[in-house]
Amino acid sequence: MSNHSVAHASHVQHHFVDSDQQFDAAKMGMWVFIVNEILFFGGLFCAYIVFRAWYPDLFTQAATELNTFWGAVNTVVLIGSSLTVAMAIRSAQKNQKRGIEINLLITIALACVFLVIKYFEYSHKIHIGILPGESLYTYDGIDHPLAHVFFSIYYIMTGIHALHIIVGIGLMLWIYGKARKGAFSSEYYTHVEIVGLYWHLVDVIWIFLFPLLYLIE
Amino acid sequence: MATAEVSNVKTLKVQRFKPSDNPETNCYTEEKGVWAWMTTVDHKKIGIMYLVAVAFFFAVGGALAILLRTELLTPAKTFIEADTYNQIFTLHGAIMVFFVLVPSIPAALGNFILPIQLGAKDVAFPRLNLASFYIYVAGAIFTFIALAQNGLDTGWTFYTPYSTQSTTSVIWVTMGVFILGFSSILTGTNFITTVHKLRAPGITWGKLPLNIWALYATSIIQVLATPVLAITVLLLTMEKWLGVGIFDPAIGGDPVLFQHFFWFYSHPAVYIMIVPGFGIISEVISTFSKKTVFGYWAIALSSLAIAFIGFLVWGHHMFTSGQSAIATTVFSFLTFLVGIPTGIKIFNWLATLYKGSIKMDTPMIYVFSFLFIFSIGGFTGITLGALSVDIHLHDTYYVVAHFHYVMMGGTLIALLAGLHYWWPKMTGKMYNERLAKIGSGFIFIGFNMTFLPQFIMGSQGMPRRYYNYIDQFTPFHQTSTIGSYILGVGFLLILYYLLHSLFKGAQAPANPWNSRGLEWQATSPPDFHNFDHTPVVIHGPYDYHQPMEEFQLGLAVDGNGHDSTQEVKEVVDSEREQWKNYSLG
Repeated sequence: MSNHSVAHASHVQHHFVDSDQQFDAAKMGMWVFIVNEILFFGGLFCAYIVFRAWYPDLFTQAATELNTFWGAVNTVVLIGSSLTVAMAIRSAQKNQKRGIEINLLITIALACVFLVIKYFEYSHKIHIGILPGESLYTYDGIDHPLAHVFFSIYYIMTGIHALHIIVGIGLMLWIYGKARKGAFSSEYYTHVEIVGLYWHLVDVIWIFLFPLLYLIE
Repeated sequence: MATAEVSNVKTLKVQRFKPSDNPETNCYTEEKGVWAWMTTVDHKKIGIMYLVAVAFFFAVGGALAILLRTELLTPAKTFIEADTYNQIFTLHGAIMVFFVLVPSIPAALGNFILPIQLGAKDVAFPRLNLASFYIYVAGAIFTFIALAQNGLDTGWTFYTPYSTQSTTSVIWVTMGVFILGFSSILTGTNFITTVHKLRAPGITWGKLPLNIWALYATSIIQVLATPVLAITVLLLTMEKWLGVGIFDPAIGGDPVLFQHFFWFYSHPAVYIMIVPGFGIISEVISTFSKKTVFGYWAIALSSLAIAFIGFLVWGHHMFTSGQSAIATTVFSFLTFLVGIPTGIKIFNWLATLYKGSIKMDTPMIYVFSFLFIFSIGGFTGITLGALSVDIHLHDTYYVVAHFHYVMMGGTLIALLAGLHYWWPKMTGKMYNERLAKIGSGFIFIGFNMTFLPQFIMGSQGMPRRYYNYIDQFTPFHQTSTIGSYILGVGFLLILYYLLHSLFKGAQAPANPWNSRGLEWQATSPPDFHNFDHTPVVIHGPYDYHQPMEEFQLGLAVDGNGHDSTQEVKEVVDSEREQWKNYSLG
């Protein structure tokens, strides 16, 4: 009779009827959040399109300053990490608890590799005077009065993306901790699933950033 | 075929649960103390906390408005300096838009009502819901830091290049707005998921209350538009902090790009503010006409249509900013299109009233105020959308009057209708009906006295945001100022009798208005879990031709049966030991 006396599995929160409803709701919430993120980055892509349409020369000239090789390596690293996070979800579905932990660890490691490469790219640019902002930008290797605008867009886009990587690492460390305590099984792996979704989003955004910034000529 | 149909039919054993008019426990008795309130994940308490916060900011924003109107009593300086005046109108706008109008109906009333109308125990993500409230508070703190430092004098629109040059605390406020945006996004995400996944058995899309449809459309706009504002204010912050050269023309940026970005959010944002108001009007008008809403699907889908078209009209804020002629023409045409779904709503509401048993209680009085005032607001919007007229009226008081007729006369009056309508449900107390009617009179008269003269002086050329004005506008400004005082008295009166009702008000029955809505089948105030049973819905929320007991059904059996995708084809009424078959299409 009373609707909150029904026996719940321990992971089901009180306001859900059953595990499936909770899982579906969490997954849908994450998809809605992904739509959010796309609109958020959409603003940046829009700024990119406007400035590239106005100053095509600037973009082709300035893009040569970006290191295509390391950009490509990072692309491979991120796509690899998307694979391993998908494998973590697969392990959860097949109830292979050890597999969840190992795949999460590999994903975290790959994310760190991405950040380390990004760090070297940034520090090289900062060293030669390529900084975001008109007053900080001192590099004179590009013969264009608005070179700082390209690099501002570059820093903001890749910077916000890197921030998402850092958040992703944090999330994966958190669910790694939960996985070690045996919180996940084929019955319940909501966290792994939605962090995986988030991680794919971060990956997809990079797949657009890489050609738009590094590969134009 | 036959077997497929049979498997679709679902039999639920239900019984009648008549809500108690005098419940022993409710959501406020179960957790007590300040700490329990501050850490609660109960959507009802979070809604109340939002309501208190919104009321506080409304009082601040309203007091600033009174200061502005008082300054404008005389053509020259009355009592404040011109710079202070600039800061006050900026803060009035920013507070009213970001801290009052955007969260008012969805986050305060919506949070309280939405899960109950869905027969759910809570929103899908209760902890995110609480987080959204604290994010809102954090955004407010940033704004107050700005206030304590240098204030803000850019207007609530932060137009570049002035905002990048202004020495006031632009960064604090833009970061405050950035943070605030997350609160709005989380609420929207939560509501969309809740509407999709947490409906009680029997609530199909065709049986959703129109309030839910409106909140759903609002949530879609919040989710799609707010992130764009977030990136806009983030870029503006970068521009001011580092000089990135995206918006500031002095270093290669484009100020019109800023306006495009800003209005891509801020035009849909006006629909974030007004569409939930439409939901309240639909609920109240049906309850107080005791009649099925005319054109259910027309009203439901027009909310979504407004959400959609609302994304395509931002350019009408920039007719004079140097857009191309083709763009202005297209934007003007699209702006006219918004009038269609809005008109559909107004006509369907009027048709709902036709031959209804109309009862003029306070919420209904506000509905009539809304219909009158909002129609003026809407029509003047069409006027402003016309290109040649807009060139003349751009940046005059006509625009000010227009958006106050829509935002205040629309959203806030709908909010007042909803607040009075759901007050017994939220607090368990009845307010003083006579004082409430007097209050609504003050609001209606005060409002029109304040803003009607602004249409006239605007069309005669009085520019907005001016500190001084020429003598010919004196009578209009003075009438407007007196109107604003009447409005202020009205709001104080409302505050008084609502607070009074909390302590001295009569106990509210579960369903004081005899509504068929599901939220009225919970006790007043509702139980901690909203219902002590899993509600089962077999009729639409406005089916006044069906007997009340058929709206009070709940699952009789243990287990869930929580599958809102299936219609309840057959219901067994076990209380009356009687089998009843419902065949619903």
